Amino acid sequence: MNILLPFRDADVMQRIAAEIRQFDIDRPLRFMEVCGGHTAVIYRFGLTDFLLSTIRLVSGPGCPVCVTANDFIDRAIALCELPDVTIATFGDLVRVPGSTRSLAEVRARGGDVRVFYSSADALTWAREHQERTVVFLGIGFETTACTLAATMAECVQSGVKNFRFLSALKTMPAALQALFSAPDVHIDGLILPGHVTTVTGLSAFRFIPREFGIPCVVSGFEPIDVMESVLMLCRQIKDHHADVENQYRRVVRDGGNPQARAVIDEMFEPCDMPWRGFGIIPESGLKLSPQFAFWDSENVTVEVEPPQEHRGCRCGDVLCGRIYPSECSLFGTACTPETPRGACMVSSEGACAALYHFAPVNYDR
Amino acid sequence: MCLAVPMKLLEHHGQSGVLEIGGARKEVMLTLTPDAKVGDWLIVHAGYSLEILDEQEAESTLTLLRKLGESET
Ligand code: SF4
Repeated sequence: MNILLPFRDADVMQRIAAEIRQFDIDRPLRFMEVCGGHTAVIYRFGLTDFLLSTIRLVSGPGCPVCVTANDFIDRAIALCELPDVTIATFGDLVRVPGSTRSLAEVRARGGDVRVFYSSADALTWAREHQERTVVFLGIGFETTACTLAATMAECVQSGVKNFRFLSALKTMPAALQALFSAPDVHIDGLILPGHVTTVTGLSAFRFIPREFGIPCVVSGFEPIDVMESVLMLCRQIKDHHADVENQYRRVVRDGGNPQARAVIDEMFEPCDMPWRGFGIIPESGLKLSPQFAFWDSENVTVEVEPPQEHRGCRCGDVLCGRIYPSECSLFGTACTPETPRGACMVSSEGACAALYHFAPVNYDR
Repeated sequence: MCLAVPMKLLEHHGQSGVLEIGGARKEVMLTLTPDAKVGDWLIVHAGYSLEILDEQEAESTLTLLRKLGESET
């Protein structure tokens, strides 16, 4: 039995949609789904077809590949060109264009770039290939940070000397704080990332209703989850109420996962981090704590090319919810999943790629 | 990339375990969910289990939603 199937039930979808229609909200609402996983579900299952035309779903900064800045990829490429270095990474990142090249292009010209399903697998590979120095590219949010922290803890404890970490890890609350502090971003409700909150717990996001008055719902990743989250946001709006509610109760505990947070705190410390579309957000990243400096490839001196943005690409505006992907002039013409000009067209969680794949007729949601 | 999927725990070997969904099996690290027991559904991300899925809670969410729209009494 697949435990997910009941969460795709069409009858329940219709019931939720009917309930949402009953609210007869008199103004247009913009709800942001922060997480790229939600973006993918919304397009894949055509959820916007179930919603009122007055409710718009806008993608946010929660696709880790998309918010990785060019200079991180440029640095990874520079490291890859050192003798005996292997770059180990999650799959999506390989095709993201850096300032002038992607890791895929470097690999095609002989660079050793390997894709792993997990950081634990990459560590195992490093143990079996002592002649190589393996640099793991750590991208992701709290969800991924705890898994990478656990692997680095294992690496340090067992004294593996040929494994290094290059961090672009980011923390979601800091990004949302920056986003809502910007004057031109208007959002009526937030669909919060269920798997980030699995780690952080609900309290990490309580500042959003408190400081910005924006209702929030932590959502699961099946179509019914996202629909119910929209319904819960509508209810909060109707009741003139703003809080962090939990739709994904089957997985997210109010207090999050303390083991996961403990290993993050043990291995990493907060740092300033560049985000595509936002620039540097203070204290919004995680890097290895100073006592683990030996394993931090930030400390390796390499010559990195000066960062450049891609001409015409509007990933930054897409990630802040300022424009829809189809408003970028390169969308679907110069920029497609086969020839991505920007990061948002690479990952299946990127708003541009999701729209391109699943909504070819009616681009405008 | 942030994708995390539920898988059922079949075998527990200390720090890791064998998990399954739809016939596909995977070796997964269990260090972040030390209370996981054989038979539990776990949420798996990047080779680690992040949380134990509460099946009762899943059922009660669905039960409530299946009743939506039926005349309130
Ligand atoms: S369509 Fe391509 S170029 Fe335009 S914003 Fe998206 S990724 Fe960037």
